[in-house]
Amino acid sequence: MSKIKCALIGSGNIGTDLIYKLRRSEVLEPVWMVGIDPASEGLALAKELGLKVTSDGIDGLLPYIAADDIQIAFDATSAYVHAENSRKVNAQGVLMIDLTPAAIGPLCVPPVNLRGHTAKLEMNVNMISCAGQATIPMVYAVSRLQSVSYAEIIASLSSKSVGPGTRANLDEFTYTTSNALKVVGGAREGKAIAIINPAEPPMIMRNTVYCRTDEAPRAKEIIESVHDMIAQVQKYVPGYKLVNGPVFDGNRVAIYLEVAGLGDYLPRYAGNLDIMTAAATRTAEMFAEEILAGTIQLKPVKVA
Amino acid sequence: MFDPQSLKGRKVIIHDMTLRDGMHAKREQIGVELMVKVATALDAAGVPYLQVTHGAGLGGNSEQHGRAPHSNEEYLRAVVPNLKRAKASVLLIPGLGTMQELDRAYDCGARSVHCATHCTEADTTRQHIAHSRKLGMDTSGFLMMAHLNSPAGIAEQGKLMESYGANTIYVTDSAGALLPHEVQARIGALRDALLPETEIGFHGHHNMGLGIANSLAAIESGAGRIDVSSAGLGAGAGNTPLEVFVAVCERMGIETGCDLFLLMDLAEDIVWPMMDHMVRVDRDALTLGFAGVYSTFLLHAKRASAKTGVPARDILVELGRKKMIGGQEDMIEDTALTMAKERGLIQ
Repeated sequence: MSKIKCALIGSGNIGTDLIYKLRRSEVLEPVWMVGIDPASEGLALAKELGLKVTSDGIDGLLPYIAADDIQIAFDATSAYVHAENSRKVNAQGVLMIDLTPAAIGPLCVPPVNLRGHTAKLEMNVNMISCAGQATIPMVYAVSRLQSVSYAEIIASLSSKSVGPGTRANLDEFTYTTSNALKVVGGAREGKAIAIINPAEPPMIMRNTVYCRTDEAPRAKEIIESVHDMIAQVQKYVPGYKLVNGPVFDGNRVAIYLEVAGLGDYLPRYAGNLDIMTAAATRTAEMFAEEILAGTIQLKPVKVA
Repeated sequence: MFDPQSLKGRKVIIHDMTLRDGMHAKREQIGVELMVKVATALDAAGVPYLQVTHGAGLGGNSEQHGRAPHSNEEYLRAVVPNLKRAKASVLLIPGLGTMQELDRAYDCGARSVHCATHCTEADTTRQHIAHSRKLGMDTSGFLMMAHLNSPAGIAEQGKLMESYGANTIYVTDSAGALLPHEVQARIGALRDALLPETEIGFHGHHNMGLGIANSLAAIESGAGRIDVSSAGLGAGAGNTPLEVFVAVCERMGIETGCDLFLLMDLAEDIVWPMMDHMVRVDRDALTLGFAGVYSTFLLHAKRASAKTGVPARDILVELGRKKMIGGQEDMIEDTALTMAKERGLIQ
């Protein structure tokens, strides 16, 4: 079966982990990796694994997009350069999956709203943040049953798994994730909290989700809905696990989660990075399946 | 331990925590009127800085940290106009509070900030420290749970915060776990590493009864700012008690600029009566210091204990073993539930 060819922009932890995820896919094939540092470990590894590489940034890729039939790109660089990257590849009809906090396209959490995005043929979809991917399915599991006035999530990340980009811009993480709890999760208000824990050996990513329901929580249905949603996420993140809860306390529902990664390029404790790359891969696969089936066709985006 | 000659004549800037750390001891339930009353008394007694926010600082109102009856902005707007000399400060923990919230606090009159992070994660404070300096605020880098990093490590983290613009670096003994010589090693390492004009602060908790002794040790090693709290009102067994510290300073010839008798009256007449429980070194608070656990976990652990039947001390020891840090209050109920399952107390 033929596969949709992909380019990875950014040769850091996320970009490099994506190589492994895409190589495992039945419908995606990683073909190019774009970096800016010729000495980067990610580029060296990509080359070793048979990808074409450039260290000239996005412009090093553009001349080869048509010839190599690239149809999907993943951006794992930074929010500051994402818009430019996206514009350039969209102009050649390449769909952009955004793993930065730029969020210029619609926000995507695969088991919650991915199908809507493929149907609308969005040319740029944003993966929000690791905490967003880990917690929004749970908020939605509650809000699809009854109205949620407020959702709050606490993401505990191991120090080793949090890169310099996130560290320098924690506020962006907070704003992007808080907003997505509303827009995608379905809560009226959202608050996201991040904790970076340096314990050795590194702790596996933990997430706590609190939902405040308007009416008394319908415990039995919520428990069922939460377990159903966990099974949905486990399809692409097998290490997604309910540790405790749902705990009901008045109108508060508490859900305690753990996210272990697959241990591809990144160690298992870095479930926060793994859930991003896995969700991005899942998103790309869904588009790829439609492209291969001929139900959608990507078109160049005219530059205004 | 202390050389009285080295302390005599030293000037120390007192930073009061009654209306911030003290919020933890009150489960975040201090009303605006009482805040104003305490702040006014602190100001009258000559305390130069006083912190006014939710216990967890800006952004603290949450399921995770509890909800105060008023917003941080409401507290600041009520307190600041009543201050004749003192500056109001706020706590900002990146990952919880944001620069938008800092802007609002500034608009409400806050002029000093403790920009706090776990003692190994200073690089998460860069944008916040830079921003508060841009606002012209007195800016401290606040290295929490300082017992979990070596003196050299603390110095390195302090240098980072100094490079972002912090004018003071704090050794923050959030667990009340440091012994006096360990305080001195960390303050000394900072003094050696930082620019001479950068000040050093110490924030103690009294979980092992060392609030005063550790503060003196810090001053001897080069600290010029000490965090305190009236009657010790604060998380765990409380902070270094303000009136006791000022009395000791007077006897030792350390200048604080504060009026001891007014501070005694504040503690006795206003702060003691407002306590929900006596803030003291009880079994669980002592466990915090002994096991090196974040002081704010105390009341959360007692609540989780009441829910699950697992003793608070056992929960706290387990949290220490799992190396949980400040801000991970959600892991208290989670840990208690897991322990209760293991013990067959719940299904």
